[in-house]
Parts: sequence; structure tokens; C-alpha cells
Amino acid sequence: MLRFTARLPKGVEDTSPNTHTYRDAPFLHTSTKQVLAANSWLPEETTTTKPMNLYSAINDAMQIALRTDETSIILGEDVAFGGVFRCTMGLHDEFGDARVFNTPLCEQAIIGFSIGYAAMGHKVVAEVQFADYVFPAFDQIVNEAAKYRYRSASIYDVGGLTIRMPCGGVGHGALYHSQSPEAFFAHAASGLTVVVPRSPLQAKGLLLSAIRRKDPVLFLEPKILYRASVEHVPVDDFEIPIGQAEIIKPGNDLTIIGYGTQLYHISRAVEIAEKEFGISCEIIDLRTIIPWDKATLAASVNKTGRAIVCHEASKNNGIGAELAAELSKECFLNLEAPIQRVTGWDTPIPLSFERFIIPDVARIYNSIKNVMKY
Amino acid sequence: MNVLIRLTKSTLAYPGAEKSLITPQLVFNDPTTLPVISTFRILSPTGALVDNNHSLTITSEKIVDLYKHMVTLHTLDTIMYDAQRQGRLSFYMTSSGEEAVSVASGAILEKHDQIFAQYREQGAFLARGLSVQDIMNQLYANSNDHGKGRNMPIHHVNKAINLHPISSPLATQIPHAVGAAYALKLTKPNQACSICYVGEGACSEGDFHAGLNIAATRECPVIFFVRNNGYAISTASKEQYKGDGIASRGPGYGIVTIRIDGNDLLAVYEATKAARDLAVKENRPVLIEAMTYRRSHHSTSDDSFAYRSKHEVDAWKRHDNPISRIRKYMQRPDINIWSDELEEKFRKATKKDILKCLQIAERTKKPPLSEIFTDVYFDNGGKELQPHLKEQKEELDEILAQYRSWYHLEDYKA
Repeated sequence: MLRFTARLPKGVEDTSPNTHTYRDAPFLHTSTKQVLAANSWLPEETTTTKPMNLYSAINDAMQIALRTDETSIILGEDVAFGGVFRCTMGLHDEFGDARVFNTPLCEQAIIGFSIGYAAMGHKVVAEVQFADYVFPAFDQIVNEAAKYRYRSASIYDVGGLTIRMPCGGVGHGALYHSQSPEAFFAHAASGLTVVVPRSPLQAKGLLLSAIRRKDPVLFLEPKILYRASVEHVPVDDFEIPIGQAEIIKPGNDLTIIGYGTQLYHISRAVEIAEKEFGISCEIIDLRTIIPWDKATLAASVNKTGRAIVCHEASKNNGIGAELAAELSKECFLNLEAPIQRVTGWDTPIPLSFERFIIPDVARIYNSIKNVMKY
Repeated sequence: MNVLIRLTKSTLAYPGAEKSLITPQLVFNDPTTLPVISTFRILSPTGALVDNNHSLTITSEKIVDLYKHMVTLHTLDTIMYDAQRQGRLSFYMTSSGEEAVSVASGAILEKHDQIFAQYREQGAFLARGLSVQDIMNQLYANSNDHGKGRNMPIHHVNKAINLHPISSPLATQIPHAVGAAYALKLTKPNQACSICYVGEGACSEGDFHAGLNIAATRECPVIFFVRNNGYAISTASKEQYKGDGIASRGPGYGIVTIRIDGNDLLAVYEATKAARDLAVKENRPVLIEAMTYRRSHHSTSDDSFAYRSKHEVDAWKRHDNPISRIRKYMQRPDINIWSDELEEKFRKATKKDILKCLQIAERTKKPPLSEIFTDVYFDNGGKELQPHLKEQKEELDEILAQYRSWYHLEDYKA
């Protein structure tokens, strides 16, 4: 497996609308004041925030999780020295080798072991080094983790299990350092929860919820955001509810649904399209892939009458298919155009052509144009 | 440490194998030249002790107790196999020929020990205290089944004996047992272990490798109990592996290992007990390979005479089986803890009890249909179903309301 860190796409001098930084997205919080004003649901005692990137926010969440539950452990390949993406920095030193440790290089061992540990009523955060390498553990996740509670009739469960994995394109990850496998799990694993955060604040709150949720959770971390996405994050313990989508920008003419990295491209495309077409778009962060928040999405699409679903994963049987089918049913009488999908192509991810695989600003902008013209 | 200094010695300095001696000989390690691992046996098929001075920790009362479990298991198997043949049960798997393996190993477990089973270990559950009625309710998937009637027969789960839910995918339970053992090591140090049952066929799965390796590196108190009965459905063990059985793999993972005679109740009991002591006291995984013979068909869906001779099976039945072996010992004049009269009386009573449990289980209704949707996610006893599951439950309710007579709803609890 390769070791590399996420970095911004090259081409700083490139001023095309398709090039943007991950730091200036409008939904990122730039100050304590803004965090508190925009997140009234935060616990009252929240007063202090500090700037974190995505990996520090994840690290912070795990540190809190280990401090607040003494049975919780962290394991995976290379997590003891801090992890290949720095997410577990300092945790081995603080909590010791019994609670933060390296495993042999074997994904089915990591997940199988974690299932057994969680079945004892404890919490465990397992790391799969890249989402591309989760497939050796597919059997353990789908046949075992997801069904443990059901087949035990709740006598046993593995609710304490959280599986973290870096996912998504990074500009040069090619076939096996770029994948977004959420749809495999959304379909095959009734009983499993799948979550993708979009930013440091979201990552911390959702990961703490995931760790404390009474169901096994697959937590997908868009690795291009590890360093690139920075915002103010409350330093205290807080949770963001799982199973709820979030309207990150209200609007009336079109609903655009995405998750993870896509929200950055969507925000940029919307900014341009709104200026050019004089429309207002509602942007929704799905956040939880399964069980997904149909109520919030349907209410939005019933209001706007138009919808676009974006994801990096390929199109055929992707999450977009599920969302489009259900929203067509829920919103049939209010729809003014077919629901659009802007997704990765149905190909593996080729190194030299990665920029043409990602559903970028241009493709989302074009989709907005088409759906508004329809 | 100075590498140059170490290079002057006769051992290797590379971190991957520090104790390896350096040799000028170009010699391959040929497994066919290694001695075959011996099999630990206390009691021979004739009922005689291999070594008369062998000190047993098992008491006479315990032997009788375990013998009764073996006979109960065998009787249960005979009755349920026939019940399946009569179409009264969807599926069954007997433990025929492996009664000593499961009963004696289950009997040494203690209060906090965790059981991760494959499926041919009902004897262990009986020895741990699972009642025949509990077993029967599971087989009939009725409303008293702890698993709410969701699983195929034999796929038990029971909190009282720390039996984790059996699942059909083979070997997946191996790393589970290791993770549970690690939890025990942290929360109940030097008090408990987990035991993982697995057949020799399942040991070819990747999860066997995964589980044994991580058990060794994390130093977990777990007993890997392999039932090597010669067949995985139709596949004979010679098509399953080329090495010296499963036991020879243990040392490769740095795991203490023993091969035992699985038809010898005393050997299984004493070896598993010693293995448990080792695992619990030293936080070490232990591998036990119990050699035995699968006398029965693989399951009720299998006719084993399609791939092995009846003659071969009959020979095992006649010449050596775990029940008659220990019975010969128990009825030896110098031991004299069992008799033909006790045998007849016990068998008769057991058969009667089992048939009664069967009738009760058969007459008990299936769980209510609402249980289709519960326990998929944590749902607070069905009170907080996920919205999509609630929607799907309502859809089914509507169908049932409209098409009541198209279904056999009378079989299910309201």
C-alpha cells in the first residue's frame, strides 16, 4: 500500500471556475462567533473553538471518545505511530498499547477482531487504511457486523463498532487510493450505518455520534479534505445526530444533494449558476448514506420541484439511483424536471484522467443549467 | 544495538527472523521430512488406559455426567434427523461420532468464558447447561427461540451460557473469538477465555489465518478448537490441505498446539482443561486439533454415500465411537460407575424427555410477524424502528390485511 498524504490539486495559477480551494467554501466556519451563531444545537457550555483541519478534528474526536469510555480501543494498520494520515497522532502515547495498537496487515482480521470485541459490549474504532481495501473485510461487515444484532434478536450486538476509512479521489490515487464504496454497504448491509462528513466540525460531531451509536457504523473520511478543509471546531465533546441530512444553503428553485467532497464543488457551481441564472438553489448535505433522511430531502424537492444528486462514486446502482427513485415517488406531482445524477463514470479511476472522473464544478454547473432549462 | 557486532555472530540480524542461524547448506525445509505430530490419547478404543499411571483430574461423577450428555446428544440427533426426514423440521445437522469432542470441551468452560461455535457443537451447549427444550425451540424457530425464529436450525444464541450467535459463513467466528478474548484480557485479566470451534474445512478460509495471526500478536486468551473429522461435506481432508493436518500450522503462528484423540472423552477433557489454564494464566492462544470421524451425513441435505462407502462409515461405528469407548471404561469391573441397567433406564427416560420437548416446540406458534423488522438496527425493543423499516412494515401490514387468506397467519403469534 502506498503512503502519501492528501494535497490540494496542482495548478494554483489556474483561475478557471473549475479550480477552487477547499478553504473558502461558504459552509466552513471561520470564527468562534460564527460557529456559535450557526449551530444553535450545540451544548450551551460550548464557548471555545479552534481551527482544525479534518484529520485533527477526527483525532480530537477519538481522543475524547477514548477519554470518556475506558473500554474503547483503536486498532488498524500503522495506527500506533499516528497513522498514515496522522489521524491517530498522540493516542498511543496517551492511552497505551493495550488501547491503541497496530494489527497485522489483514483487513478481515481487523474487522473480525473488532466485531468480537464489540460483541462484549465495548467500543472499538477500527481503521481500514484506504476504503479501497475494505473488500477483504466485506464478508465480516455484511454477513457478520450488520447482522449480529438481528440474528441474536438483540441478545448480542456490535453497536460499539465504528469502522473508519479514508475514501474518495485525491487527484493521483488511481484505481486503489480513490474509491468511494458507500453504495456496496448501503445495499448489502441492513443493520449498518454509513456516514460521510463534509468538514472538520461535521467530522468531529458525527464521529463522536458514530462511536456512541448502538449500531455498527462505517465512517468514510474524504481524504482530500484531511489537510485541505479547515474551520473552527468546538474543543468540547459534542455530537451531531446521525440519520439527519442538513440544509446547508436554503433556496427555492432547485435542490442539490451531495455528501463529502461534493459539497465543495456543489457550492462553487451554485455560486456561479445563481449569479448567471438569477435562481436560488437549496444545497443539502446528506451526511448519513444509510439510513438516509428521506423526510428532509422530500420536503425540499417538493418545495423546489427540481433535484440533482451528486456523488463521486460511479453512477450505475450508486446512491444517486436510490435517492432519485425514492424522491420520484415522494415528489412525483411536484417535479418539474427529471431528477439528475452527476456522478463518477462507470469506469475504474485512471491516474492520468482523474480530473475528468470527479463530478466537478463544470459538470454540476452544466447539470444545473440543463435542469433549469428543462 | 550494533548491527556489525551481531553480524559476527552466527544468527541473523534482519528484524524479520532474529534468531535464525546462518548456514552454508542449501537445504530446503521439506515438510515431508518432518515428524508427524503425535496424538494425545488417554483411553484406547477397548476402554483401557494407554498409560495406567496417568493421573486424571476428572472425577467419576463428572465422567457419568458427560456420558449422559453424550447419550442425550446422540438421542437428540437420532430423533431430529428422523423428524427432518418426515418433513417436521426444515434442516438438521447431527454430531454423530463427535459427541466427546463437543461435550468434554464444553464441560471445562467457566462462567465468563465465551463460546464461538461453527454448528456441530450442540454437545458443548448441553454440557454448559442449555436445556433440550431451549435447543428444540431454536430448531423449530418458534416464539420461545432466543433468536426469534430468524435463523436456520442449529444456529443457536444464548446469553446464559455466553454462546454468541452461530452464523452460517464459515470461519468468520475465528477472529470474533479473538476480539472477545482480548476484551476478557482487558476487563477480566487471567480469569476467562473464549473458545472457538471450527472444522478442518473451515480452517482453509482466510479468517483462520486472520484469527490465528492476530491472536498471537495481541496475546489473546483464546482456545482454537478444531474438529478434524476427515470431511468438509464431500471434500476429504487430503483435498483440503497438504500439510500435517491443522496442528502443524499452529507453531507457524507462534501458537502452542496439541493434537488429541477426539473419540477419547478423557483426552478431550484433560487437554482442553490444560489448554484453558494456559490461555487464561499466560494470555496465550492455544490450538487444539481433535482428530475424529464424521460418522453422519454432513447435514440432512447431504447423502454422504455419494462420495464415501457405507463400509467405511460402518467400520467407524462398529470399531470405535466416542460413546461406546467411554462406556467400556465406565463398565470395567475395576471402575464400575455404569451398568447395562442404568444405560437402559437412562436412554428410555432421555428419549421420552426429548420427544416431549419436541412436541412442545412443534406446537408453539412462530414469533409475531412484526419481528421481521425489529433488531435490524437498535430500535429500543421495536419501539423506534428506522423510518424506512416502519414504512415497509406498514406496507406488509396492508398486504396482510388485504390478502389474509393467501397466507398461513394462524402459524404465527398475533
